[in-house]
Amino acid sequence: MTLKLHSVSAVISSDISLIDIELEVEAGGVTAVIGPNGAGKTSLLRAICSDLILSGGVIKLNDKATSQWDAQSKAKLLAILPQRSSLEFPFTVVEVVTMGRIPHSTSNIQNRDIVNKALALVDCNHLAARSFINLSGGEKQRVQLARVAAQVWDAVDGGERCLILDEPTASLDLAHQEMVVRMFEFFAAQGVAILVVLHDLNLAAKCANQILVLKDGHSAAIGTPEAVLTEAMLKEVFSISAKVISNPVNGKPMVVT
Amino acid sequence: MERINHRSVMLFLLCVLPLIMLVYLSVGPSWIVPWRLFSLLGDNANIEPTVIREATIVSAIRLPRVLMAAFVGACLACCGAAMQGLFRNPLADPSLIGVSSGASAGASFVIVFGAVWLDSSQVLGLSMVSIGAVAGAVVAVFLVYKLATDGYGTSVITMLLSGVAISAVASALNSMFSYFADSEMLRRINVWEMGNLDGANWERVAMIAVVAAVLLWRLPKHALALNAFLLGESEARYLGINVDWVKKELVLLTALAVGISVVISGNIAFVGLVVPHILRGFIGPDHRYLLPSCALAGAMLLIVADMIARTVIAPAELPAGILTSLVGAPVFFYLLVKSKSLNNPERL
Repeated sequence: MTLKLHSVSAVISSDISLIDIELEVEAGGVTAVIGPNGAGKTSLLRAICSDLILSGGVIKLNDKATSQWDAQSKAKLLAILPQRSSLEFPFTVVEVVTMGRIPHSTSNIQNRDIVNKALALVDCNHLAARSFINLSGGEKQRVQLARVAAQVWDAVDGGERCLILDEPTASLDLAHQEMVVRMFEFFAAQGVAILVVLHDLNLAAKCANQILVLKDGHSAAIGTPEAVLTEAMLKEVFSISAKVISNPVNGKPMVVT
Repeated sequence: MERINHRSVMLFLLCVLPLIMLVYLSVGPSWIVPWRLFSLLGDNANIEPTVIREATIVSAIRLPRVLMAAFVGACLACCGAAMQGLFRNPLADPSLIGVSSGASAGASFVIVFGAVWLDSSQVLGLSMVSIGAVAGAVVAVFLVYKLATDGYGTSVITMLLSGVAISAVASALNSMFSYFADSEMLRRINVWEMGNLDGANWERVAMIAVVAAVLLWRLPKHALALNAFLLGESEARYLGINVDWVKKELVLLTALAVGISVVISGNIAFVGLVVPHILRGFIGPDHRYLLPSCALAGAMLLIVADMIARTVIAPAELPAGILTSLVGAPVFFYLLVKSKSLNNPERL
């Protein structure tokens, strides 16, 4: 199992904690985490990235607790895209994406090749020489996506790769949301495990083979999109009365309000 | 701005720096033509009074001073670049965020209380004072970092206000120490108040040369880590960088270099702000090239500033710190106005 959370608990703030989260993300699997604002989605990712100290349970990457990994070997296998970026220095797009190769000791030529491919994957080749700080919000997000893609581009010794993304589609237009779905397929096909926080339930249904629903820090439901996305769950967790119908395009469940 | 290849910039700086040093050695109240410098330094047999006088001017006064200016300038510019990486903010300058003030307070503390506690009227040596200065600088960097920085970056306002607060505390301490100090101590404490290179001698050159060597050996090893830092502290950790260790080493290195610079030449402001800012415009923010370029350009800037400072109202001298401030303050205002995080209420 690439990523495994066993009864994970952590204190987020005085009035909310993560309680007893169980989760397994297999190689080649895409797991979407959904839930209302403040349910603990980002905190769950921070716990996996060791940014949040666990009060109980264990998180394993390739059957070894994340705390046991040395930082560099872990970074070769596990790439994380945070929700917001705070880069305010005038790096070019290529320089930002090349930083994804910092943990690796591949040659400059190899790195340049990987960076170009990663940029192509997120439709950013035309931005390569531009300064990152002058990009639009959506362009910045795509460049950061390319950076984490470059970080886990090739299989390495030491285990299966894992990609963790916090709302990667937040400022993307529809065409580029589709691009993210294709990016997931591209990496999943290579055996990369993907864990992604999404707000768009229909996008989650489309790209994930497993959905984890968080509410107030605990796991409200977990399973296939068909099993999880039910009218009862939407009522209970999101407090909305919505219909779930079959998506006429891909046959997945679709939430209509 | 269009970037220039970093190799061309470094080559240019490498070629121009020795030329500027030669000019520095020639210029002054008594003008010595550059091509005579080498024969003056190499020739000990000539006992003609004018030759001995000129040889003494060059070897005992101008040569140590130009080397000190070069090393101090290199240290300050590199520290500026490293701190800006650490704080993820182009406004982090050792003099602005209170590190220089912290160092001067630490130095004054040692001068006054060292003498009191050790019950000796003799003034303590440079090495003890340096330890005080470095300790003061470490406390200052650490305080500002704790106060102003969170996982997403540095609050410019908190950072600058911490700098103001530390400077205020340091100047209060300095005044208090001055109250206890005798006249010899007072003279030494006053040196920190304005950056000046007129105290140059070979002992000080050796000290700052060692510090510069340590700085230029260790800092470039963290160039990639500093690049990753600019993405964010968590992002750097996700890229496999041992963030806590790198942070500690950067704090210690910058405090060491700023502390020693303050002890030997006082508070020379804005070099650490101006040099990295200008170079980033030319070659971009990649620390692998920025740090060595900063060392060369910082050395150059301080040599030129001191050359102007000691010739413009000759035979009297201005402190070089006044000139660097005259250049640096407008750049600071420009950066402050441009600062995105300052205009972003979320980051206040």
